[in-house]
Amino acid sequence: MGRYILKRILISLATLLVLVTVVFALVRLMPGDPFSSEKMTPQVRQNLERYYGFDKPVLEQYLTYMGRLVRGDLGYSMKYANVTVNEIIAKAFPYSADLGLRALAIAVSVGLTLGVVSALNRKKPIDAVCVVVAIIGTSIPDFIMGYVLQYFFGIRWGLLPIAQYKGFAYTILPSVGLGFYTLALVSRLMRSSMLEVVQQDYVKTARAKGASRFRIVRKHMIRNAILPIVTVLGPITASVLTGTFVIESIFAIPGMGKFYVSSVQSLDYTLVLGMTVFFGAFLVTANLIVDVLYGIVDPRIRVARG
Amino acid sequence: MPEAILDVQDLSYSFRTYGGEVQAVRGVSFEVMPGEVVGIVGESGCGKSVTAQCALRLNPEPPGFRRGGRMLYKGEDVFAKGERELRRMRGAEIGFVFQDPMTYLNPTMRVGAQVEEVFAGRPGVSRREARSRADEMLALVGISDVARRREQYPHELSGGMKQRVMIAMALVGRPSLIIADEPTTSLDVTIEAQILELLDDLRRKLGTAIVLITHDLGVIAKMCDRVYVMYGGKVVESGGAEDIFYRTAHPYTAGLLGSVARLETDCDEELKAIEGTPPDLFSPPPGCPFAARCDYAMRVCRESPAPEYRLEGGHRVSCWLRHEYAEPVELPARCAPEAAV
Ligand SMILES: Nc1ncnc2c1ncn2[C@@H]1O[C@H](COP(=O)(O)OP(=O)(O)OP(=O)(O)O)[C@@H](O)[C@H]1O
Ligand code: SF4
Ligand SMILES: [Mg+2]
Repeated sequence: MGRYILKRILISLATLLVLVTVVFALVRLMPGDPFSSEKMTPQVRQNLERYYGFDKPVLEQYLTYMGRLVRGDLGYSMKYANVTVNEIIAKAFPYSADLGLRALAIAVSVGLTLGVVSALNRKKPIDAVCVVVAIIGTSIPDFIMGYVLQYFFGIRWGLLPIAQYKGFAYTILPSVGLGFYTLALVSRLMRSSMLEVVQQDYVKTARAKGASRFRIVRKHMIRNAILPIVTVLGPITASVLTGTFVIESIFAIPGMGKFYVSSVQSLDYTLVLGMTVFFGAFLVTANLIVDVLYGIVDPRIRVARG
Repeated sequence: MPEAILDVQDLSYSFRTYGGEVQAVRGVSFEVMPGEVVGIVGESGCGKSVTAQCALRLNPEPPGFRRGGRMLYKGEDVFAKGERELRRMRGAEIGFVFQDPMTYLNPTMRVGAQVEEVFAGRPGVSRREARSRADEMLALVGISDVARRREQYPHELSGGMKQRVMIAMALVGRPSLIIADEPTTSLDVTIEAQILELLDDLRRKLGTAIVLITHDLGVIAKMCDRVYVMYGGKVVESGGAEDIFYRTAHPYTAGLLGSVARLETDCDEELKAIEGTPPDLFSPPPGCPFAARCDYAMRVCRESPAPEYRLEGGHRVSCWLRHEYAEPVELPARCAPEAAV
């Protein structure tokens, strides 16, 4: 297991290196540069370029950037005067993380519950309801969901605030909106996984031992049915995280999404790069954790990895 | 005469499916006395497992349902019992050993915990006691180094080991009856012999009765006091192992014996499989289920079911050949498979 984790960490680092390099190149290939949109005298422009090192060869810029990156320094933003990328992330990330975690928590807990309830009540009305919810959820994109929630809960019924992020009530609509697709997805996966497990021979063994219904569901069915869901937790986290960009802009939440979009529009090289690297590192870590987690819940994997 | 622990009377059991009603069991009667080993033998699909699982009501209901007859365990009809009573019976009164330990053990649960589970929610047995009884039983079924093995998962054990765990699971609640449904089919021959020996040994030590289901007559010959031969959801012949092997009375049984390989014997008959396929359980034939494949079939065989004839010493057969008007025939003499094993 230890060796396996070490190997995974090395692969993760290599992935990040490739990511930074590709994004570094792509950013430079975009038409224009950070200063092209602003009116400034050639003199000012030249000073700025020297200040940011743009007068040097690209390779040297790349190496300088990597050198700083290793120390965790993402450099100064090119658009927000005198603010480092690290500072921007430190300020914005907590909002995104909070939103993302809430959405994930809702999606996974409610999704699993719906999946289990639905499978155990197969062909009964409650199953039909869960299936319909799942179909709706997986066919409606985040942003439409966001608007629909805003319209009904905020505007029509006036139950919940629809913008900003200043307390628990504010978090409800955006996290539900963000998590809904994933919730539906998880419930669908869990339902089919449970339906498969219900027919497994070991469930019959458990019945033959006189185990209670509740115990069979908890110890034999859910425990095994959840395995395939754990494998998709990595991609799910990624999709929720990217979803935050859209939801943040719909609900006017000052998270990473806002900065990310504007940084691309204004060609803020360092900010684009810095945020990409940050997200990349975050996702790679999430995947690593999920992988280790999978080894823990599925004993067969644990041994195979040695 | 002591009371039978399992007394099955004219039991019929069906499944409702989209294609219609599958009549898996059609009027089966048999009994198991305390401490006895009873064999049930027959081709795949003849209803052995469905019959056996009725004893603990393990068939999925619905679609399964009892069409008729009774199944008495210690005098009480299991079909009259509620879920609670059934749970109290499972593992404690009747233990089940399933065919394939690979799929019948939970892959994500430690084997020790799976054996202990028999005591879960059972009043009067503490966790500590459950644990020590599980360990005791694991040792008794021949698992060495129990302290280490109990913490392992099924995939870490060999096939034979897994089946030993299953047997420990079936026995740990000290049931009066074990139903072993093809317990050795998935194992290779040497392991098979060990497992059968183990079952026989445990029966002697614990006095447990065994219902042994198999389609292998060699296994029957080695283990069983009495045998029921099933075909198409019915018992076609029953009696002591000697009767079945040496005084074979039913053409199907004769066919089964003829299809068993006998090596190293002075028996030089040709090995011959029974031709044709078992009856369609959606619309079973009105007469003898074996009629379509039987070399001796007469017109009456296709029209009405054969009555049960009682031969000497509890030997019974359902076949029209025993009727007084039927022309006497000589079933081919067979050598018991005993000699081979
Ligand atoms: N849940 C079910 N739904 C519908 N039909 C079933 C069900 N379980 C069993 N059957 C049918 O009942 C018949 C008898 O099955 P059973 O499992 O008792 O056969 P068996 O004698 O044990 O055969 P094998 O040697 O293959 O185990 C089969 O035709 C099977 O298709
Ligand atoms: S009843 Fe008729 S068909 Fe059936 S086994 Fe006897 S002879 Fe053959
Ligand atoms: Mg079977």
